[in-house]
Amino acid sequence: MPEKPSRFRDPTKQSMLLTALYIAQEQYGYLSEEAMERTAARLGLTLKDVYSTASFYTMFRTQPLGKYVIQVCEGLSCFLVGGAERLVDYISRKLNIQPGQTTPDGLFTLQTVQCLASCGTSPTLKVNDELYEDMTPDKVDRLLDQLAGR
Amino acid sequence: MPFERILLRNVDVPNSEKIGTYLERGGYQALRKALQEYTPDELIEIVKASKLRGRGGAGFPAGLKWGFMPKGDVTKYVCVNTDEGEPGTFKDRLLVERDPHQVIEGTIIASYAVGAHRAFVYIRGEFFMGVKRWIKAIADAYDHGFLGKNILGSGFDLDLSVHRGAGAYICGEETAMLNSLEGKRGEPRLKPPFPAQVGLYGQPTLVHNVETLANVPHIVLRGPEWYASIGTEQSTGPKIFCISGHVKRRGNYELPLGTPLRKIIFEHAGGMRDDRPLKAVIPGGASTPVLTPEYLDITMDFESLAKAGSMLGTGAIIVLDESTCMVDVARRLTKFFAHESCGRCTPCRVGTQRMLEILNRIEYGQGQEGDIDLLLSLCEGIAGRTFCPMGDAAVNPTLSTIKHFRDEYEYHIKHKRCPAA
Ligand SMILES: Cc1cc2nc3c(=O)[nH]c(=O)nc-3n(C[C@H](O)[C@H](O)[C@H](O)COP(=O)(O)O)c2cc1C
Ligand code: FES
Repeated sequence: MPEKPSRFRDPTKQSMLLTALYIAQEQYGYLSEEAMERTAARLGLTLKDVYSTASFYTMFRTQPLGKYVIQVCEGLSCFLVGGAERLVDYISRKLNIQPGQTTPDGLFTLQTVQCLASCGTSPTLKVNDELYEDMTPDKVDRLLDQLAGR
Repeated sequence: MPFERILLRNVDVPNSEKIGTYLERGGYQALRKALQEYTPDELIEIVKASKLRGRGGAGFPAGLKWGFMPKGDVTKYVCVNTDEGEPGTFKDRLLVERDPHQVIEGTIIASYAVGAHRAFVYIRGEFFMGVKRWIKAIADAYDHGFLGKNILGSGFDLDLSVHRGAGAYICGEETAMLNSLEGKRGEPRLKPPFPAQVGLYGQPTLVHNVETLANVPHIVLRGPEWYASIGTEQSTGPKIFCISGHVKRRGNYELPLGTPLRKIIFEHAGGMRDDRPLKAVIPGGASTPVLTPEYLDITMDFESLAKAGSMLGTGAIIVLDESTCMVDVARRLTKFFAHESCGRCTPCRVGTQRMLEILNRIEYGQGQEGDIDLLLSLCEGIAGRTFCPMGDAAVNPTLSTIKHFRDEYEYHIKHKRCPAA
């Protein structure tokens, strides 16, 4: 049996960290210091351990975002069929925010993301956990109206 | 005669993701056969004889990897790599969303063969539907006695669970994935030792791509000779090719390895969109070097693409027509790698950023005399000098577009504009 390096002692608790961070993010809306402290306490980790992991992954956020987070794929295959920045610009003008920003009513945040593994049905974007494929400006109009409850 | 689909045989059937559908269509018979008719060592020999190679990008022989796992009473793990993030690739998501049981069946057989009693699925955080499908499929597999204790009365036990990543391309690299599974930053580990020796929690670990594992039940059920008769001598079996970009019919096409590129683009994918001339093809995902139209008659297998100076990679074919600016292609793909560099080692972290700056300025008409050489020397400083293989991947778009389309770079620099814009 190969000798176990010491860093592999007590692996199971830290293994739950990503899951725990998802739960904390869901409860607090984002990973506030309090959320990370509570996660650390629950798993018997230090705040440094938790922060070190949380800060590595783009899906963990350390500030509040809009109710609907719109993530537009800026990958090559999306660009080739009229997506990427063309779609970003369209949404940007429509919502009057730049990528990275949130509308003043807190409803929408606009972000760009890397390839969403839907290149055969691109252009693609995600709203929260939902994937939208073959997007056109028309479809974006309808989607945003629907989300805004109009 | 059209090729009989093997891996995608279920995906267009209604409710294909349900265990009932899978069972009706002959699912889990391979597992029964594996457990009742073969010893673990026999299964390893079967997979070796099939000459199955990994579908996650590197094409490593699967049977060999199974054989590297130590024998005997050691805690061992199996990990299912569902991190699919290589731009242009969208096959694993399809397999997991539409036919998760096929992958689970392959995973159980692989675990039995290498003597692992605990297996993990690592799935990209963005694949929310995939997470849901995995969880449901695993629960149903437990209910039917395909997972858990004493599977189908064989005495073999296996537990399987899903771990969700959280947005990081590098976590598809197997050792980064292991760190992420342990709840750490998803930074790669130094190899060797390889995961088969020291993997998850320091224990021997078999890591496979989703598509690789999906092949396993078919190999067991129909035999390695049948399997090896598909494809070429060195690249056997079916492959899911993901076609995107400027073609008429984009999508996933399952074809034998060794199918000519021309046939895939002009027959299966319906040819070029608006019948424009083809300019270049990225044959295997963002990290594989571009090919020019002279290579259209190449056969899509590991050996032919290597000979042409490129790679089969994930089999993700991105087709570019004459309207495409090749500097822009390099710039976009480099942006991806710069964004996804985990930051651990300097050549990759800083090198890709510097490359992106230069590619940006060339594309926007601010390129300077000597920029091409500067790019080439940066590539030289990155390739082969990074902690993990991502550095080699990151330079390929730039190196290969300079190699084949140097005149376009020169035009941008000389005329201070993009000819395509
Ligand atoms: C930067 C990088 C990213 C990778 N991403 C993936 C991925 O998303 N999915 C995958 O299956 N393999 C990926 N790989 C390959 C894995 O490291 C590993 O070789 C593979 O999962 C082994 O499975 P296979 O033998 O079935 O192909 C990646 C490799 C590198 C260097
Ligand atoms: S490039 Fe947008 S989904 Fe792949």
